[in-house]
Amino acid sequence: MTSLWLIPALPLAGFLILVLTEGRLPRSVVAWIGAGSVGIAAVITGYVAWQFLAHDNATIVSSEWLWFSVGSMEISFRLWIDELSLVMTGVITGVGFLIHWYATGYMSEEEGYSRFFAYMNLFVFAMLMLVMGDSLLLLFLGWEGVGLCSYLLIGFFHKVPEFGYAARKAFVVTRVGDTFFLIALFLIFWQVGTLDVQEGLAFARANWDESTTVNTIICLLLLGGAVGKSAQIPLQTWLPDAMAGPTPVSALIHAATMVTAGVYLIARMQGMFELSELAMLCVTLVGLATLFIASFTALVQSDIKRVLAFSTMSQIGYMFFALGLGAWSAGFFHLVTHAFFKALLFLASGSVILAMHHEQDMFKMGGLRKILPVPYYAMLIGSAALAALPLTAGFFSKDAILLGAWDEPNYGGLFWTGAIVAAVLTSLYTVRMIALTFWGEPRGKTYEISADSLWNPNRVRTVMPFLILGVLSIFGGWIGFEFTKQLFNETEAPHGLLYVIQHLDFVPVLTFLIPLLGIVLGILFFRLSEDDQFRKGITDNSLSGILSKYWHSGWGFDWVYDRFIVWPFVTIARTRTNKNDIVDLIFKTLKFFASLFHHILSMLQTGHIRWYAFTMFGGILIVLVLVMWV
Amino acid sequence: MDAVLNIPLEHVLFLSIILFLIGAFGILIRRNVIFVLLSLEIMMNAAALAFIAAGARWGEPDGQVMFMFILALAAAEVAVGLGLVVQLSRRFQTLDIDRAEELNG
Repeated sequence: MTSLWLIPALPLAGFLILVLTEGRLPRSVVAWIGAGSVGIAAVITGYVAWQFLAHDNATIVSSEWLWFSVGSMEISFRLWIDELSLVMTGVITGVGFLIHWYATGYMSEEEGYSRFFAYMNLFVFAMLMLVMGDSLLLLFLGWEGVGLCSYLLIGFFHKVPEFGYAARKAFVVTRVGDTFFLIALFLIFWQVGTLDVQEGLAFARANWDESTTVNTIICLLLLGGAVGKSAQIPLQTWLPDAMAGPTPVSALIHAATMVTAGVYLIARMQGMFELSELAMLCVTLVGLATLFIASFTALVQSDIKRVLAFSTMSQIGYMFFALGLGAWSAGFFHLVTHAFFKALLFLASGSVILAMHHEQDMFKMGGLRKILPVPYYAMLIGSAALAALPLTAGFFSKDAILLGAWDEPNYGGLFWTGAIVAAVLTSLYTVRMIALTFWGEPRGKTYEISADSLWNPNRVRTVMPFLILGVLSIFGGWIGFEFTKQLFNETEAPHGLLYVIQHLDFVPVLTFLIPLLGIVLGILFFRLSEDDQFRKGITDNSLSGILSKYWHSGWGFDWVYDRFIVWPFVTIARTRTNKNDIVDLIFKTLKFFASLFHHILSMLQTGHIRWYAFTMFGGILIVLVLVMWV
Repeated sequence: MDAVLNIPLEHVLFLSIILFLIGAFGILIRRNVIFVLLSLEIMMNAAALAFIAAGARWGEPDGQVMFMFILALAAAEVAVGLGLVVQLSRRFQTLDIDRAEELNG
């Protein structure tokens, strides 16, 4: 289709315009360019989706350009739209547009307005390349592009040194995963001879089977890349610190799109992963471990954005968990619904943070439902979906994952139990977040919101993104799953209320009821006043003190990495003895010879003109002699 | 006309070489700037003579074109050279070229 290239080209054009004008455009124009380019891309995506469905889900491919050629190998540049990349493209442009829209108000009082939208547009472009590219190399281009934009946007408030450190940390930690990914690419190219996704999968299907070792190695390396990008154990430590970026960035990059790139990668390489039981098991276990650790950590955080960050980690853990179990459609569906409700939650928390004048500590909030009604209801809807309240979008996807876990033949019961405990934890920390932020009485300062500030959450332009995302968070689950099931040829995958009614069995009903139970318990517990004896009995004993301190630190991963990787590295790099090691010797020798030759040459420059003339004649004479007689 | 054509090429080239060497040695030996410039002129005219002779030998006009170029070049060179001479004599009150060794950067 001819208009396919417009989808990534529009955000790129927006980026170029904003960069080349260097902030000289007025803010309203910047807002139109920044949000408008993504909005038009979303409209075109809608048109493409319509075409796609009208033509019976036939894959849409753009014309092929030559990217570069090395020797006989030609790397082409082609956009590829099938069900999987179409859904991702829809999420990126659609949710991306809403977040851009929200950001036009949110960022209105910050410096660097134009720079912000330039980075955001570049991010959308890179993310689109990631999902639309037909080869792994193009995917890798987008993969690195989104990493760069993540770095730039985390450190957006560059006057605060800690934010710069957070940005570097995010970049370096994800780089560890990128290295695995790159090695996987080399292996695939070596073994298969091409980096084209479809050809590679066809090759694997035709030539490899369950016992192919190289396939398992490739899948594990790909998993390593996915783990870094999607903030899973053990490379998860960058995501909480990444909350240093502006809140729309957290919503777009660190909740809805970039961190799900790892899920997309695994879903994209389904054909290879399915051949390797070990890799699939690893995906499941990584997901389950992250799910648990992040849920417990979210339960004790005091910073509202960090709660959401750990929540994102755990939800992506659910996705990995589902993919590893072979419940492909359920995992991927959860990616989509998660994009809706987590973006909504982040946008609502952004309004809270602005209303509190950049105070993010929930213990200094409380009682905000009166002054921030719109974010309050948005947060309620998003939380309901996050905690899988029945009939919301999150319920359909999470229910499908849990039932998928039960169907696993070997450890199904174990996995199911783990996932359901985590679901209860999810409900608990979600309710806790709302209780601390919106319920009760104010514990700290509250501020008046001036009616004419652009981010004022009661104005129509700010309400619209909330409204659309809220509708999607509630109803998005009703329509989507039938479509996503086709992606992976799973017509039998269990899901939803209908399934529960049809199979009035013990497990589906329990799966349905237990998260609900978590919500009820959470509400009952966190509605208690803080002086209540029962609540004090649970939160104020010594065991919970130790546990909450341990969980608060993210289970000590940061401490371990600092102590065993960062600290030794920095110490070795900065010791005095390190100044004269063998590496320095090479450069010192180079420098010695350079200055030696310099001195010899400068001796020739005497200033005697007749000496110059003499050497010139002598030189010509020698050359003549050599030419004529030798 | 015949008399001119009858001079063998080798003779002309030999004269040209001698003139060129005279100029070259003049540059190397002389310390007075005026004489250095004169020697340069002699070298250039030696080259010009060789061009003329070669052009006449093969009946091509190129040699004479090159001579015109060299003439223009020599005029320009004299203008610059004499300017330098004036500066040299003003600054050092001498025409000794070795005094210009201060220019060695």
